[in-house]
Amino acid sequence: MSEPQRESAGGWVGWLWRQPRNSLAKTLLVPALVSLVCAVLVAGSAMMLRPQQRANEERNRQENILAAAGLLESGGDVARRFADIEARVIDLAAGDFAPDLDAAAVLGEGGTGVAATRVAVPPALDIAVIKSRPRYVVGYFLYDDSALEMMILPVYGYGLWSTLYGYIALEPDASTVVGLRFYRHGETPGLGGEIDNPRWLAQWPGKRVYDERGEPAIEVTKGRSAEPDGARRRYQVDGISGATMTGRGVTNLLRYWFGDHGFGPFLQRLRERAEEKA
Amino acid sequence: MTSDAKTLISEPLIDDNPITYQILALCSALAVTTAMWPSLLMSLAVTGVLAFGGAVISAIRQQIPDNVRIVVQMTIVASLVIVVDQILKAYAYDTSRVLSVFVSLIVTNCIVLGRIEAFAMKNGVTASFLDGLGNGLGYSLALLSIAAIREVLGSGTFFGLTVLPLVRDGGWYYPNGLMILPPGVFLIVGLMIWAIRTWRVEQVEAPEFRIRHVHRSEAGA
Repeated sequence: MSEPQRESAGGWVGWLWRQPRNSLAKTLLVPALVSLVCAVLVAGSAMMLRPQQRANEERNRQENILAAAGLLESGGDVARRFADIEARVIDLAAGDFAPDLDAAAVLGEGGTGVAATRVAVPPALDIAVIKSRPRYVVGYFLYDDSALEMMILPVYGYGLWSTLYGYIALEPDASTVVGLRFYRHGETPGLGGEIDNPRWLAQWPGKRVYDERGEPAIEVTKGRSAEPDGARRRYQVDGISGATMTGRGVTNLLRYWFGDHGFGPFLQRLRERAEEKA
Repeated sequence: MTSDAKTLISEPLIDDNPITYQILALCSALAVTTAMWPSLLMSLAVTGVLAFGGAVISAIRQQIPDNVRIVVQMTIVASLVIVVDQILKAYAYDTSRVLSVFVSLIVTNCIVLGRIEAFAMKNGVTASFLDGLGNGLGYSLALLSIAAIREVLGSGTFFGLTVLPLVRDGGWYYPNGLMILPPGVFLIVGLMIWAIRTWRVEQVEAPEFRIRHVHRSEAGA
């Protein structure tokens, strides 16, 4: 706030400085000027700190990928452990890998060129409320020699207040859940924010995404499941009390991403290939 | 340091403490005090915003028209809070995730607007800075005391280091779940206020009314 202090200062700032405190000019211009200075300050600090924040977010994303896969507990350096899993680009339209595309190009700042192609989600299918999704996404695959051990796929969709971004790890049958983690969301701490609670997340391993007919059946129930021993139990995770809407958001985003417009065709192809091999 | 300056800083520590005497900003006290680290960062953030917000607003107080003073105050406070939030996201990422929205909510922290309206708008830059600093330190003292009790009794740790080994990890201590939950704070703050007012009797307010014992034959008359 470095307005000139001298009474004699010229220019319009000086003129403004000499106006009476409650004059119309000051009432209009002081808030405007303060806002301008503050905007510069905020924008400047945001820009200066951006690289550091990006690095933190990237590390957090990698940690969550490892955590979803249950690979974090064993300890060790995140970056090194992360190098053990292979990032591969998936073409959702073709339902197959896109071997020509580099994972870094797809992940990079909004992607570039063909890697950034986005596809509108038809409103009738848009249960995850995302409007459009990228054509290419990066999945992470863990191989033992050449046999697939685990796949970790990105999922996102709307909760109550915010878009939830997460990773879900599946076994090679492309249906059994290994783990789920959300690495970015803005849900209410203590309510919807409890989707980060390890005790809630511990329910996920072993659940199935697809039912016998191959339809995505996984769901977060409202509160505790009504039939704890029912046949549907293998697809059900107990909801968090006070977070019904966030739970519904999680159900919807998983149903969308594992449906025909999401990973459905790709996972179907993986299963067929595994059968051919067997 | 002059005695005035000393009073500005020492007064809000116990005698005029924002949490235990003015009973302000309990929302953030409830939310972030489950552990020491987030409480410490939150304390630093609030103290920084209070001190610098007070100083900046005091510096231009002669220029702020009465009708739009809240707009100007909030613009400056909100900007400071955003800057603090950005710094935390860059240099204390994990704790900033724990603090989540509560850093942005410093904007609506009653202490901040309270000190600016009641003090910074009427006093000089240095005095306003010290007043903000003092109130920030008073808030910090209360926050860290609450957090120390909650973290030790609720999780058996202090700044993440094991103090009371938990049964879960092969120790002997059963953690007190109430300390982790928000209602535990009311209990702690209540006991703190009781203790302080027993020690500093002058803080006890005169009762606003007296309970009159009514004999049952008089009731309904």
